[in-house]
Amino acid sequence: MDPKQEAIKELLIKMADDQLIIGHRHSEWIGLGPILEEDIALASIAQDKVGQSYTLFQLLHDQFGTADPDTMGFLRAENEYRCCHLVEYPNGEYDFSLIRHFLFDHAEYHRFDMLQGSTFEPIRGIARKFKSEIKYHILHADVWVRRLGTGTEESHQRMQAALETAFPLALGIFEPSPYEQVLIEENIFPGEDALRQRWLETIQPILEEASLQMPDPSSVEPAYGGRRGYHTEHLAPLLEEMSWTLRYDPEAERW
Amino acid sequence: MSDFIQSLDPRIVRLQVREDQPFEPKEAGDQWETYEVFHQAKTGARLIHVGSLHAPSPDLALVFAKEQYGRRSTTTDMWVVRTADIFTLHRQDIDIFETAQEKLHREPQGYMEVRKYIEEFKKRQQQEGTSDGSEAGSH
Repeated sequence: MDPKQEAIKELLIKMADDQLIIGHRHSEWIGLGPILEEDIALASIAQDKVGQSYTLFQLLHDQFGTADPDTMGFLRAENEYRCCHLVEYPNGEYDFSLIRHFLFDHAEYHRFDMLQGSTFEPIRGIARKFKSEIKYHILHADVWVRRLGTGTEESHQRMQAALETAFPLALGIFEPSPYEQVLIEENIFPGEDALRQRWLETIQPILEEASLQMPDPSSVEPAYGGRRGYHTEHLAPLLEEMSWTLRYDPEAERW
Repeated sequence: MSDFIQSLDPRIVRLQVREDQPFEPKEAGDQWETYEVFHQAKTGARLIHVGSLHAPSPDLALVFAKEQYGRRSTTTDMWVVRTADIFTLHRQDIDIFETAQEKLHREPQGYMEVRKYIEEFKKRQQQEGTSDGSEAGSH
């Protein structure tokens, strides 16, 4: 496969993996959320994420002949996943889950916004559709971050602490791929650096409104490795749990 | 010393909740206020009241309304209104809608009847008109 094809494939796999894993993490809140209305909202967001990852795996299958979406999603070896560490972390308390959702979705929105103008034609329409879903995810995250950041002393402290934990992990979203140059030159995707810049410009004013102090990105060590298959200890047990039913009877025609 | 609650749900098992763990009951009224949700199914259509939900602010009420009442059908717009901002009558005054005498003349069925009479009259006229015409032609 030529480098251009490899570059697109790599890009799509990491996007699909991020969506799948964060979607699964969000889904772990179902039935345990703080209140029914919020439970429904986050469950829907989780469903959107898993749905988006399915679409991307299907696209990979159609364009690059990768395995079917179920196999890609559930049956690869742990080091074949390309998700960033941010999405792997356990949910923790609701503060961490919300801040992660906030940091992740703003990056995703810009990523798909950039991909709408990609020279890789098949991603354009998909990006446009995904953006309208992610717009809701952002709305949900922003409202909560503003509210809890400026809520009580406890809510503010929790959000600030969660932000400090999640921020280095979030910088790992933008771990450069070996194909950055190809992606940029071929106008497939403007690159992780450009994306990171747009992301920082977007989240900073919102965090300010929420009275939260964004850590200085230059003084933080980004959590890299995920894009090369080096994961935290949290991913393997998660994959085990996700794929348990499928592994139980891989030949089953329906569940 | 008791055992942890065992569940088929791995999330519950992970929480390591003791079987005899005491819990504090929530205070009565420890809830967010309620909002009424109005849903529009297509552009230009009127917004119809579909239910209510709990939310701590109007912006979150909208965020919740979108999934709670908009996800199962096409939605073009939504409104939320604080339940407390809706004015209605006291239950004991609801009998003002009852009337002492029959007021059929104020109900729209009366006008529907008028339309029917007009249509019948027109039809009759048309029929008479056609028969007149054929007679004229035979002369």
